[in-house]
Amino acid sequence: MEGLTLSDAEQKYYSDLFSYCDIESTKKVVVNGRVLELFRAAQLPNDVVLQIMELCGATRLGYFGRSQFYIALKLVAVAQSGFPLRVESINTVKDLPLPRFVASKNEQEARHATSYSSDSENQGSYSGVIPPPPGRGQVKKGSVSHDTVQPRTSADQQEPTSPVVSPQQSPPTSPHTWRKHNRHSSGGNNERSLAGPGPFWSPFGEAQSGSSAGDAVWSGHSPPPPQENWVSFADTPPTSTLLTMHPASVQDQTTVRTVASATTANEIRRQSSSYDDPWKITDEQRQYYVNQFKTIQPDLNGFIPGSAAKEFFTKSKLPILELSHIWELSDFDKDGALTLDEFCAAFHLVVARKNGYDLPEKLPESLMPKLIDLEDSADVGDQPGEVGYSGSPAEAPPSKSPSMPSLNQTWPELNQSSEQWETFSERSSSSQTLTQFDSNIAPADPDTAIVHPVPIRMTPSKIHMQEMELKRTGSDHTNPTSPLLVKSSDLSEENKINSSVKFASGNTVDGYSSSDSFTSDPEQIGSNVTRQRSHSGTSPDNTAPPPPPPRPQPSHSRSSSLDMNRSFTVTTGQQQAGVVAQPPAVPPRPQPSQAPGPTVHRPVDADGLMTHTSTSPQQIPEQPNFADFSQFEVFAASNVNEEQDDEAEKHSEVLPVEKASDPASSLRVAKTDSKIEEKTAASVPANVSKGTTPLAPPPKPVRRRLKSEDELRPDVDEHTQKTGVLAAVLASQPSIPRSIGKDKKAIQASIRRNKETNTVLARLNSELQQQLKDVP
Amino acid sequence: MVHTSLDVVDEKISTMGKALVDQRELYLGLLYPTEDYKVYGYVTNSKVKFVMVVDSSNTALRDNEIRSMFRKLHNSYTDVMCNPFYNPGDRIQSRAFDSMVTSMMIQVC
Repeated sequence: MEGLTLSDAEQKYYSDLFSYCDIESTKKVVVNGRVLELFRAAQLPNDVVLQIMELCGATRLGYFGRSQFYIALKLVAVAQSGFPLRVESINTVKDLPLPRFVASKNEQEARHATSYSSDSENQGSYSGVIPPPPGRGQVKKGSVSHDTVQPRTSADQQEPTSPVVSPQQSPPTSPHTWRKHNRHSSGGNNERSLAGPGPFWSPFGEAQSGSSAGDAVWSGHSPPPPQENWVSFADTPPTSTLLTMHPASVQDQTTVRTVASATTANEIRRQSSSYDDPWKITDEQRQYYVNQFKTIQPDLNGFIPGSAAKEFFTKSKLPILELSHIWELSDFDKDGALTLDEFCAAFHLVVARKNGYDLPEKLPESLMPKLIDLEDSADVGDQPGEVGYSGSPAEAPPSKSPSMPSLNQTWPELNQSSEQWETFSERSSSSQTLTQFDSNIAPADPDTAIVHPVPIRMTPSKIHMQEMELKRTGSDHTNPTSPLLVKSSDLSEENKINSSVKFASGNTVDGYSSSDSFTSDPEQIGSNVTRQRSHSGTSPDNTAPPPPPPRPQPSHSRSSSLDMNRSFTVTTGQQQAGVVAQPPAVPPRPQPSQAPGPTVHRPVDADGLMTHTSTSPQQIPEQPNFADFSQFEVFAASNVNEEQDDEAEKHSEVLPVEKASDPASSLRVAKTDSKIEEKTAASVPANVSKGTTPLAPPPKPVRRRLKSEDELRPDVDEHTQKTGVLAAVLASQPSIPRSIGKDKKAIQASIRRNKETNTVLARLNSELQQQLKDVP
Repeated sequence: MVHTSLDVVDEKISTMGKALVDQRELYLGLLYPTEDYKVYGYVTNSKVKFVMVVDSSNTALRDNEIRSMFRKLHNSYTDVMCNPFYNPGDRIQSRAFDSMVTSMMIQVC
């Protein structure tokens, strides 16, 4: 308090105010009267006013001496700037804007305003504001603003001084503009000005002598019918008048008004041309909004659901269209719920609208919910003063601006809610993601994808699978790698085939998620269908989707497959063997290279199918032997010509291999061996069994499929064909083991086979898909 | 003509089969002899249908453009729906929505 240093502008300003208050010219102002009005016009909470008075010593003295007055004014400026009220702040706060006082409408004030405005550019914005304070109390709603419009002219002069105001004054004049009206000295505006801002200002209008009806309405932040209160604004004539006034005055007032009305926060902007945002929410307003928010949603960090908000705002009796527009503007993150800031913005817009302001097309900046990451944004620094009061949900600013400790206190909840917003700020993009999702849903048929490895089984002849299974069952049911086992459960033969199935299924499963589906029971239908197709493919030309047994490849494939088998068996387990066997065996079979078993099966199956066409029926009933025989037959049939030699060799090799190898390996080999054995199996049932075991894996998947297909649509022929193919494949495979050195060839062959099986599976997939479509 | 296109859309929906999300359907077949226009249909997951009628005189819009337009339309529509004051079925009076649509149309034309 002591040692108060005032700048020239301040000095002048203060002296003027002092003169203004010093009605009696006694050089000392009494607390009552003008001073009070002045303080009220400062739009500070009562307690702040009291604090100021204490600090300046007025209470001590009982009156406002000049020094006290000046101190008080300085403190007012400090408070309006958002700084905590402290004695030190008087001199420490630099560049404190002149204290702002709501333009009270007084001719005097107006005069003051004008004088001030004309006087000091610096004060421009402020000066206009100050004069009226005393007049504030007189503001009555009634007269409102029409008059204020006139004063515009006078205000014009102020305009240059308070250029800031004008910009904001733009059409959507905020209540601030109303204020300006009041300020306008055009006399008799006293009440008017208040009328406008009344509704808004009523919160802080406590100071106001409740002149404005708005004040009355607002006086209780949460008046009994809270919503009604401000809703009732509409009822109050002043507001209506204000409405009329606004549009007109808005433009005019600009400077002064806006300045005046502009919450002190605005003016706190250092620059004289503070940005007068008509949409800014004052502190009191905000407090009111927050209270309202609490009535709906106790948790300040929570959201108000759309329905509740709808009800609430409907009470304002605004047309739905406007409410809808307000909602659009305020629901920033488009989440259908209002955060505290969104709610305040919406509320503010409603109030503005009720008072005649047109709704903006775009959410005003000050109302825009600020995301939390604004913490570091420059905004905080830029709007030191504004931060505190700006209605804009500047949670970030308050929390962030270290220079605004008071603000921080004020907006604790904001911080939280801003955090919330952060999470939702980007929500708007969710809708985009929506559509993106949809487009992404581009259903990639898993089957197609999977076709690669597994599908093969589908087409392959069931027979083959069966054969494989039988063989496997005969040889070793415990083939762990027989994925088919799982799938072929439904197959009657699967029991035996389980092993083989497992074998195959193992392979198939891997790749074949889609195809698996086919093979699995539920899918059998599909698989059957596909199988049918595949079978049909095989049957007609063997080269159709189902692995084309007739393909010449078996010859080389066989060899390669054999090689593969060899290599596989050596390297991998049964599956490998299956794979090896397969390539040669069944091109059409989708040969998951990975699933040696199934692949093996497949090719084997194909071969087997082909060769087994005739034997398929037999195979089924005789699972255990079925494979053997069928395969043998297949082998015999298919391989006789070509691979007899090889087969024999293979068989011989296979057999021993089988015997030597564990079931798993035997399976692998089985594929190749199966073929081989098939050829020789006849002679050696035991061998056959062993051969079957190797074949089992390969045929298993085939079998399974076959079986399922059979169940649905027995097409043994196809199966047999496939099995024949498989057998052929298998036959070829045996050669592989012999020629380990032919790995390369085997690999190539297997590759070829796999490709074939892939194509077959692809076809199967398409068929199945179609079926799926047809199903519903 | 819009009604016929709606019929077509319904027909397509019925044939969509299960769980087939047909985000967009490009139906160029609806070209009347005299009225050379194209009708594009778009169905959302909630069976809300968007029908776009385009004048053929305009250089044929690429399919992608149509799709992006529909996507934007869908986005704006969801934003409008979020508004609790909006009753589904009412005429959309959202300014933002209108502006988006207008800008889209201008961009195309």
